[in-house]
Parts: sequence; structure tokens; C-alpha cells
Amino acid sequence: MYHYTDFDRQFIRLRAEQYRDQLQRWQRGELTDEQFLPLRLQNGWYVQRYAPMARIAVPYGEISSAQLRVLARIAREFDRPDPELLAHAQRTQDQLQASQPGLTLAAPPLQYGYGHFTTRTNVQFNWIPLAQSADVMDLLASVGMHGIQTSGNTIRNITSEATAGVAPDEIVDTRPFAEILRQWSTLHPEFAFLPRKFKIAFNGAEEDRAATGWYDIGLQAQKDEAGAVGFTVKVGGGMGRTPIVGSVVREFLPWAELLNYIEAVVRVYNRYGRRDNKWKARIKILVKAEGQRFIDEVEAEYQAILRQDGAPHTITSAELARVQASFVVPALTPASVPSETTLSSKPFQRWMARNVAPHRLAGLTLVTLSFKRTGWAPGDADAGTLEALADLAERFSAGEARLTHEQNLILPWVHAGDLPALYDAARALGLAQPNIGLLTDLIACPGGDFCSLANARAIPIAAALTELYQDLDEVTDLGPIDLHISGCINSCGHHHSGHIGILGVDKDGKEWYQVTLGGSDGSRLSGPAMPGKVVGPSFSAAEVPGVVEALLDTYRDLRTSAAEHFIDTLRRVGHEPFKLAANAARLDTTRQSARQAEEATI
Amino acid sequence: MKIENDADLAVLAQAGALQGVQRIELVFPKFTDGRAFSQAVLLRRRHGFTGDIRATGDVLIDQLVQMARSGFSSAVLAPGVHTEAAQRQFDRYAAFYQGDASQPLPHFARAANAQDGGRKAA
Repeated sequence: MYHYTDFDRQFIRLRAEQYRDQLQRWQRGELTDEQFLPLRLQNGWYVQRYAPMARIAVPYGEISSAQLRVLARIAREFDRPDPELLAHAQRTQDQLQASQPGLTLAAPPLQYGYGHFTTRTNVQFNWIPLAQSADVMDLLASVGMHGIQTSGNTIRNITSEATAGVAPDEIVDTRPFAEILRQWSTLHPEFAFLPRKFKIAFNGAEEDRAATGWYDIGLQAQKDEAGAVGFTVKVGGGMGRTPIVGSVVREFLPWAELLNYIEAVVRVYNRYGRRDNKWKARIKILVKAEGQRFIDEVEAEYQAILRQDGAPHTITSAELARVQASFVVPALTPASVPSETTLSSKPFQRWMARNVAPHRLAGLTLVTLSFKRTGWAPGDADAGTLEALADLAERFSAGEARLTHEQNLILPWVHAGDLPALYDAARALGLAQPNIGLLTDLIACPGGDFCSLANARAIPIAAALTELYQDLDEVTDLGPIDLHISGCINSCGHHHSGHIGILGVDKDGKEWYQVTLGGSDGSRLSGPAMPGKVVGPSFSAAEVPGVVEALLDTYRDLRTSAAEHFIDTLRRVGHEPFKLAANAARLDTTRQSARQAEEATI
Repeated sequence: MKIENDADLAVLAQAGALQGVQRIELVFPKFTDGRAFSQAVLLRRRHGFTGDIRATGDVLIDQLVQMARSGFSSAVLAPGVHTEAAQRQFDRYAAFYQGDASQPLPHFARAANAQDGGRKAA
């Protein structure tokens, strides 16, 4: 992991101090709500449906045991709603549920006291009062964590594939470059008020496991014939209302030029990106509208930075070496903990097959702990779990873990001999479901239970599907399927890239769900990144489990064998039979009670 | 001289419009519209403007440090703002990661230079 220098540590402490100063001025009335808004946003503090939400950055997903312990403490001591607030919030959610009889699914009660892993390797807390926000920032700063630029129209938390530095198909370890870019983007004076948010992702392996096609800038590491490292630069990808896959603007950018070139891209965006319409403000709209003119403009700006400005941000070999020195293989000793697991048992073998992946170093493995389990929203971890994760990482993985964009957690340095003992520990925590990459390893945003942007709840849909597909034989037989759920078109649940995508929409104050088919995040399984296509008019929540079931039954009927995956069958036979099956799964009774409910409210 | 935030600085510079100008006013129609930050950077770095660059419009005191780093040398504040709170922001950070209009090199390059300098002196 990156070892913070005195400068890095001090910088984060000063940022926490600055935030406290801003919070106090707002509390004294020296700053209006409107003036305080961008200041708190740029430190990761939103105000959501019922309470503030803190979004804590985990740069490129890499997190230490010490950091996990601080997150546990925040979950335990700070993520606690006032009882009156919680009662009010639950009443409001209950009213939402009651206002659409026959249309909904069972709604789990609102939870508190936990952190939520997001699709962009941030950790969110939902109930921390703003009055305590500066204390939380101080606590985070004590372990080099912060919420800098996790919100606002700035360069956001830099991500990379979760297996950087450990995957067998790695071309380049992107973590040092992601760290250099993190430092460069942190409090960049010119780019704090862009037209819209700006997200950058790295991928350093042969397989794109970071969804780089879906980013404002996606950087795919390459080595040329001489072994020199560079990046293929994609610009203008993004989900939202207008899903667009990024265009390649540079086939091979030498690594030393990374900052100079990205400065050119962001400067052109800052100048020309639309500011009159929030829905057209992302760089993807500019790239789509201007095409080659955009690329020419970036190239001209880049040349000016090189020639006229003297390429001030050229990354030196010394700086790369300094940062790379932090990302060496850690000292690894086997935990050598005894285990009671029978190695030949089906559950253990299943877990080995699904949750344990090969490592680039002999004798080591990557273990994914599954945060997709019944009774929990995807990616949620309470204080006890976070603390246990810190211990597990320490015992089995050199004190290091990785958050994945699929909302799970990887232990990247596990000795093969320790797998039975780790399995025991993971099972005791409820984190050993052998479902990685399968249907129930679904992605979902917090949705209408917490988020003020959401049009519909995502958690009850995720809960119902997790309940419905508990039979591991069935889920294993269905094979790898990406099912992604977003509570609104902002697409935090990445529904556009799901083989099956579910999008919450609002019609007359009621929750409805659009279902899409055939999306891809750009992984080997899913093929080139592309958005899914809508199957028909939206469904009620009550209909969604039946629709998913109909899609999966259709797949089982049409596949050539169990070896043909859902996405391949869909591509081979086309969407039509799936559409027919989905639309046939509409519930007449639901329609009737919907109409009755509508009539009753008129 | 006032320059709107969608003006093309290269065209103005080529036409000689910046010559002999002592002060350029750049505009923030809303504090969330950050185009003038890039303009200030380019005026200093690319067009060699050495006169006063003044921030006008919707200027927040919490933006003053980043304005200064982008090349602004003065700002028009709304009446009644607490200037001592602004001063605290200037005093806070000793250095930043990336280069800017007043300090063109990034922190890593400055740190390396300082080390080299130290070695040479020793």
C-alpha cells in the first residue's frame, strides 16, 4: 500500500481542520446554506432524504486494517440517528409503501450503524449528524482517510481494477499511477468547479475489470514492443440519462505524460462543457457533439502544455520509483490457523471454485468475501463486520484488503494453505456465499430508502431476488450473470452495464422499474462495453421477481448447454424471446390494484 | 479590461488586445462556474500577463486561495464578508500537490529539486 509521507498526512489533517473552520462558520451563520453546500460536498457530505450522508474515499479501493477499524468506529459511534429522526424516516417510508398497494415488495426496515461499499470504491454512512461531521473527518485523517472530492463537480476518487498488483493477467500495476493522479487531482485549483463531476478509472490487466469504457476518462495500461509502459486513453464514457461508451483519443500515451495530457482534457472540458443543463454537462455530451473537433482541441492544448508551458507535470522516473516503492509485495507469513472444514465437502469446494481466484505469485490466492447475503443490502457492513474484516485482513492478507466495484471485498494476499481457516472465519461472518459473479452477486445502489435523487427503492428489489434465488445449485447452474439495479437514472447501480438491468422510475409518485437486457461492463464475459436495451413498458416492484424469473427460464430453455452463459444465449438468439417472456410475466392483479389505488387517490 | 468567461484568450492575445493592459477583470457569473480559473491560468502561464487579474462577480472567500493559485491577484468581495476568515485559509496550507500559476512545478518536482540542492550544498 502507499505509505503516506509526512506531507501527505499533514495535508489531510489540514483539510480536516479547514473543514471544521467552514462548518463552524456555517453554524455561526457566516456562510449561507448555498455557500456551505459546495464546501461540504467537496468533503463528501451530502444531505440525503432524511440525514447527511458521508462518502469516504478509498483511492483505487485499497484499504488497510487500521482504516477498516476506524470505519468500524464511525459506524458504531457516529452512524446513529436520533430516535425521533429514525421514527420519522421509517414512518415516511411506510407511507411510501402504503401508497402503492399491490405494487410493492416487502420492505426491510431502515438500518443504521453500518458502512456501505459503493460501485466506485467509496464507503458511505447514512446517519451522521452534520454537527459531528468535523469530528468524523478528524478521525478519518488519523488513518490517512478523507472525503476530499468524493462529491461536487470535481475530479472524483480515482479507481482501478480491484486486483491491481496481484492478478495473473496483469500488464502493469496501475496503483502507483492512480496514486500519482490522486495527488495531482487533490485540491487542483483550476478544476474544482467543472461543469459536472469527473471520474477517472485505471485498468492494468488484460481483462478490463474496472469498466473503463464507462468513465469520463478510462486508462488502459499497455506495454509497447520495447516494454515501455503507456496508456490507451478513452474519453467521454458515462451512464446516466444518455449512456455512452468512451472513445479512444490516444492509443498509447507514454506514462510520463499522464498528468500533462489529462490536464489538457480537463481544461478543454472546463472551457467548453455545457453549464446550462445538468443533464448535458458531462464530458460525454461534449465528446459526442464535437467528435474529432474535441480530439483536435485536446491535442492542441496538450501540445501547448508540452511546448509553451514546458510540460511542467511530466512524471519523473524518480517520482514513479518513489511511489512504486510503496507497492512492493508485503511481508507474507501464513496464518497457519487450524481448520475444521472438510476439504472435500461440497460447500468448501464450491467456495473454492467461486470465491478464490489465482494469484500472480505461486502459493498465494485472491479471496473475495461476498457482501451479497440475505438480510443485508448489497455492500453493507456493520461495525462488528468491519472490525472482523480488519482482523481477517491482518491474519490472512498482510493487513490489506480491496473494495471491488461489484461491492464486495477482496483479500489479496492469502496463502493457499490458509484457505480452509479463512473459509471458516468468512462463514462465521456470513461472508462465504459462493456466489461471486453469479446472479445473486448483484449490484444495487441505496435507492429510495436513503437517496434523495432516487425515483424508486432498490433495496427491496435486491432483497426479493436474493430471497428468491437462495438455492445454490440453481444459482450455480444459471452461471455468471451481471444483474445491476439503480434507483434512478443517475445509474449509481450501473444498470446500463448489467446483462439484466433494473432501473427505478417514478410515475405519478409511484415506483416503477424498467428492465434492460444485454448491457456490458467491458469484461471478458460480457464483451465490449455497451448499454442494455429496454424490454418494454416498466413493471411494478411486485412484478420484477417474476420478470427476472421469466428471463432466466427463457435462458434455460434456449441455451445450447449449461456451458453457454446467459449473455451468450441472449446475443445468439436475440432479445425477442426474452422480451416476450418478460412482458408475459406482468400481473393482471397488480394492474388492477394499481388502477384502483389511482382511482382512490383522485 | 473585462474579459467574459467564454472569450477566446488566444484570439485576444494574437490581436494584441492584452498589450499595455494593467488589469484584467475575469467574471464568475455564479461561484459554481469555474471557467475563469482556467482563463487566469492561461493568462499567466501561456500569455505572460503580469498585470492585475481581478476576480469579479460571485466570489466566495473559500475560493480565494484557489483563485490566487490560478493567477488572480485581487478580488471584489461582497460587502460584510469576514476577511479574517479568508486570511485563515491563506495561512493554512504550506504547499499543494500540483503546480499552479505562481508555482509551476508539482510538489514532487520541487521536493526533488530541494533534495538535489541540499546534496549539492552539502
